[in-house]
Amino acid sequence: MTDIAVRVEGLGKQYFIGGQQARYETLRDTLVNALTGPIRRARKLLRGQATGAAELDETIWALRDISFEVKQGEVVGIIGRNGAGKSTLLKVLSRITEPTEGYVELYGRVGSLLEVGTGFHNELTGRENVYLNGSILGMSRSEIDRKFDEIVAFSEVETFIDTPVKHYSSGMQVRLAFAVAAHLEPEILVIDEVLSVGDIAFQRKCLGKMNDVASEGRTVLFVSHNMATVENLCERGIVLEKGQMVFSGTQIQAIAQYLAAINRRDEALRDRTDRVGSGEIIITDITFRDRSGQALEVVKSGQDVDVLFHYEIRDPDFQPEGVHVSLEVRNQMDVPVFLQSTRFAGRQLQAIPREGTFVCHIDRLPLPETGYRIGYSLRKQKRYIDRLPDALDFTVVKGDFFGSGRVPPATMGIALVDADWSVEPVRVAQV
Amino acid sequence: MAEQQHYLRIEPTRGWVSLKLREVWEYRELLYFFIWRDIKVRYKQTVIGAGWAIIQPFLTMVVFSVVFGGLANLDSDGVPYPIFSYTALVPWTFFANGLAKSSNSLITSAGMLKKIFFPRLIIPIANVTSGIVDFVLAFVVILGMMLFYQIAPTANVIWLPYLLLLALATSLGVGLWLSALNVQFRDVRYVVPFLSQFWLYATPIAWSTTYVPQQLRPLLGINPMAGVIEGFRWALLGTETNPLPMISISTGVAVVLLVSGMFFFRRMEKTFADVV
Repeated sequence: MTDIAVRVEGLGKQYFIGGQQARYETLRDTLVNALTGPIRRARKLLRGQATGAAELDETIWALRDISFEVKQGEVVGIIGRNGAGKSTLLKVLSRITEPTEGYVELYGRVGSLLEVGTGFHNELTGRENVYLNGSILGMSRSEIDRKFDEIVAFSEVETFIDTPVKHYSSGMQVRLAFAVAAHLEPEILVIDEVLSVGDIAFQRKCLGKMNDVASEGRTVLFVSHNMATVENLCERGIVLEKGQMVFSGTQIQAIAQYLAAINRRDEALRDRTDRVGSGEIIITDITFRDRSGQALEVVKSGQDVDVLFHYEIRDPDFQPEGVHVSLEVRNQMDVPVFLQSTRFAGRQLQAIPREGTFVCHIDRLPLPETGYRIGYSLRKQKRYIDRLPDALDFTVVKGDFFGSGRVPPATMGIALVDADWSVEPVRVAQV
Repeated sequence: MAEQQHYLRIEPTRGWVSLKLREVWEYRELLYFFIWRDIKVRYKQTVIGAGWAIIQPFLTMVVFSVVFGGLANLDSDGVPYPIFSYTALVPWTFFANGLAKSSNSLITSAGMLKKIFFPRLIIPIANVTSGIVDFVLAFVVILGMMLFYQIAPTANVIWLPYLLLLALATSLGVGLWLSALNVQFRDVRYVVPFLSQFWLYATPIAWSTTYVPQQLRPLLGINPMAGVIEGFRWALLGTETNPLPMISISTGVAVVLLVSGMFFFRRMEKTFADVV
């Protein structure tokens, strides 16, 4: 018996993604394509190089050259930005999708939890769903029989266990689903960020359960965006960046590495190649200015600020009218803070020049002092033209948001909310 | 931890891969749960409930009896036309529903395909198999009609389980091909209703095989459902068609469909989670 639980060697996973569609200039070309297209598409589909009706010529490596070992009983956190390949890695480890190169060796039975409540059926009762979901997750019937009472007690839905789950509140459904998942006892447990469900008290209970699992000597591979959870639960950390493994070591070092990496701006926006979208227009730079037109390096809480998205139209035939711009802001812990877009603002951008800037005017920026990351997307008719979820990092410094000279400490929340206060006496209701 | 340590190696596969039926066997409890779920939820929130299992073939029988038995006055092998067609429609409905459900099964289970591993073959197998409950319900009506028309079954009824298995294998074989193709080409969704309509008339359900010259009759068995239906009539109604040569041809074709379907399905399986 070896003390290795998981060995990953030279693992890579390639996906086919949308490339530029060829253009057809003449009627003859279009007709020929209409006739040969389906045949060509069919051949590509069968080779896995396409999806739906689109032809996908471009490929990306979602994972490349990943090699690591996990010992029996180790709890390993896998961290990285969105799109770094964490979920793909878990999918390969749990055999949902096949790697393109390299191999994985697993010593022990694997249970994976990429989602809670997979296979839940609304028309079935809680009891029936426990059995169904349990067996989907790989438990045997006798195992579920044995743990049934414990699962129900953990979920806190005893009274409704024989009611169809369509009558449950969403919280109850999640609790029941998680209760089943928490009682899974494989030798190797692979978990995607599923702890981010339920209310705080239930989350804490789940974390407690996870701690038990880890201390029982089970091997756990765990993906999370929550650095506090990773720090508490894991002993080791693996950092992924753009499909590559950039660090493997203690969880403390891994977190430090990850935080340093997300705060580092290594490339000019114009040269970024990790964009998503068809690319007729691209954003070349993002800058800030105040209302007097002064460029800003740092932004203050409560300041009126304009975010400028400098763009270039790359495809001369492209009709930019109807394009929607959105701005996403996340904090250092990768928690989404807000999303704003021309669509939400009810704005249709007209007369878009070949080169210029899209400007988002924000009044009294309601963010406390800390580091943030901006993402953006350009969409037209539900299709991405250009998108980067992590385009730029910026810092907000302390500012007089309330005009009172006082602001709460940054640890007390992720947003500043304006309000007024007063006091009222108890009123006797009039009949 | 006394049990032997489980070892698994995950690596890329190319081209045709083994069926891993052993793995399907290891997951038989899950297969059982899928079938059980399917049966449990099938008629939830319907007024007539399991009655639908009978109404479908029964009403088709009424229409056939009026149009083909009455207006067209087709030959019915010496038995009353209603029971002639209903005996065929029961296994046919089992087949056609199994085909329709299994060919869409991977699409309807897309959420599971992306989130959890289990042998994918289980999904279409469960979808076809769960139809047996409907079959049994509709079959009871055949027995009622036999009483009504005073027809005694022959000793050949011992063949019925085999014939049902043959229908299941055909339904699953075609269902495997179509479900795997459906993941890639949603065109399949539009093909299935048409295919099943066409197949219905190509099978001796409304018409009797006596319209085909005796020497050529076994060749009808190239369509495995022809063998199944001819067998049902022969076993239950005692029609004197001697369908055994036809059934053997049907068996051969069904086995080819099933085995090739499984291999094709397994070959396409690795792309399911990425494409569906």
